Amino acid sequence: MSAEELVSLGAQAAAQALASGQIAAHELYEIYRSRAAADDLNCFTWVAEQTPAPPAASPLGGVPLAVKDLFCTEGVPSQSGSRILEGYLPPYTATAVERLLGAGACLLAKTNQDEFAMGSSNENSAFGPVLNPWDRSRVPGGSSGGSAAAVAAGLTPWALGTDTGGSIRQPAALCGIVGFKPTYGAVSRYGMIAFASSLDQAGPLTRDVTDAALMLRHLIGYDECDATSLDFPGEIALPTAERLDGVRLGVPEELTGEGIEAGVLAAFHATLALAEQLGATVEPISLPHAAHALSAYYVIAPAECSSNLARFDGVRYGMRTEAAGDLTEMYTRTRHDGFGAEVKRRIMLGTYALSSGYYDAYYGRAQCVRTKIVEDFRNVFADVDFVVTPTAPSVAFPLGSKTADPLAMYLNDFCTVPMSLAGIPAISIPCGLALPPEDRNVTEAASGGGLPVGFQIAGPAFSENRILETAFALEQAIGFDGGTVRA
Amino acid sequence: MIDREEVLHIARLARLRLGEEEIEPMARELSAVIEHVAKIGELDLRDTAPTSHVVEVAGRLRADEPHQCLPREVVLAQAPAVSGEGFLVPSPQA
Repeated sequence: MSAEELVSLGAQAAAQALASGQIAAHELYEIYRSRAAADDLNCFTWVAEQTPAPPAASPLGGVPLAVKDLFCTEGVPSQSGSRILEGYLPPYTATAVERLLGAGACLLAKTNQDEFAMGSSNENSAFGPVLNPWDRSRVPGGSSGGSAAAVAAGLTPWALGTDTGGSIRQPAALCGIVGFKPTYGAVSRYGMIAFASSLDQAGPLTRDVTDAALMLRHLIGYDECDATSLDFPGEIALPTAERLDGVRLGVPEELTGEGIEAGVLAAFHATLALAEQLGATVEPISLPHAAHALSAYYVIAPAECSSNLARFDGVRYGMRTEAAGDLTEMYTRTRHDGFGAEVKRRIMLGTYALSSGYYDAYYGRAQCVRTKIVEDFRNVFADVDFVVTPTAPSVAFPLGSKTADPLAMYLNDFCTVPMSLAGIPAISIPCGLALPPEDRNVTEAASGGGLPVGFQIAGPAFSENRILETAFALEQAIGFDGGTVRA
Repeated sequence: MIDREEVLHIARLARLRLGEEEIEPMARELSAVIEHVAKIGELDLRDTAPTSHVVEVAGRLRADEPHQCLPREVVLAQAPAVSGEGFLVPSPQA
């Protein structure tokens, strides 16, 4: 097989070709290693220097894997995109990574990300921004921006990411790939450098739905090292559905109207029409508290972040700023030098929301709004199988265009945070291309057809297999071609 | 809404030193975000219980038995400063 043919294989196809002896593990790995080493999108914070020993016969026997920087990997830099963890080499490996390596995947690279997973554009990384392979003047989304861009550009067959308020789904949408946030608790958080513990969840970023199912199959399962880990009922099957007869899709008016770019809405509605052709019914629904989800999220997530990031104090790992003065002086100077602007903002926001006199008005109320969101979803899932929305309100936006206005950046997450607050699974699949608003006067041909749009499918807790089947049937009907950015 | 004094107070609580040039933008940006999130104050939530976690886990317990943990030297190898068998830090009352 030529190098181009090898790179054109997705993870599932590669695993099959490896198992049958059609291709050799070291050959596949070496091709990806050289592509990753030559990356000019800034996708990676570390790339393996050597080809690992070929794995024994195993389900993923030798498929290369890129892993978001925030997963602890023993002896390999794991800095969560932050200066404060400069040079940190963890003494152990995260359970999610351990499981994939145990199934035969080979660690290829660590991927760039927003610092501590706080961001929607990958511009908050201490290692610099990642460029979108569809248009290098634009962001790849975030916070798993390096993972998404690397998969889209064919620098890895697939990648592991994390999602707190949309950090798998939104970059997957902006890069034209598949991203799946599982049910909270389905995948162990042990060894993931924490951002917001009640929301963080690991999941796959892949070229297609089949690969997402394959990775998820090996990720799920109870882990005694994570107190919030759950037994997943059953196994993850590789999807095969061709039709959507009897599937009821609910379209929430609150997440499919105002604030969403016209091109994104057009691609979303075209996909709904396709779903109907496959036999699905499409019904308007209401998530009455969805409009408040973003506010609740930007109280709860920073509150948990301010608590989690207290551990970075220059004592046990990472960097320290040596200063004349006492212990507190060392703490405060280390944190001043080690954290970037967005992380400081969220620590401040969270500390404010948890401080005496404000706790009830902000954190306490946000937790009650969370209850309302959970109830909203429970109510709609009595009538429909899935809630569908555009994944992100816009296509990939130009680098630097939202960095001066934190609130404008946060609004990128408004279609994805409700599912995070409710802890339910949601996938984003590419559903077409749309022109960015600033190019509206440019003809489609002149702009190369536009930029990718993501279609989000969310279901009740543990509905992963049904979501994958629905996503697969739609994927086949859509026929999205992301091959051009891999070439 | 949030002034310089309040920013400095929160920063002290968070053990975060802010440079002089960071204080005014922080006050402005925090005020904008807090003004936005304060909209949840409009909702009637009197009869609503808070959700801190979506997963109902009834504290799984493990057997109280000693087990292997990471070797001391492996853990200390990642520390910025060590002394003998422990982490070295400046005095709390320097």
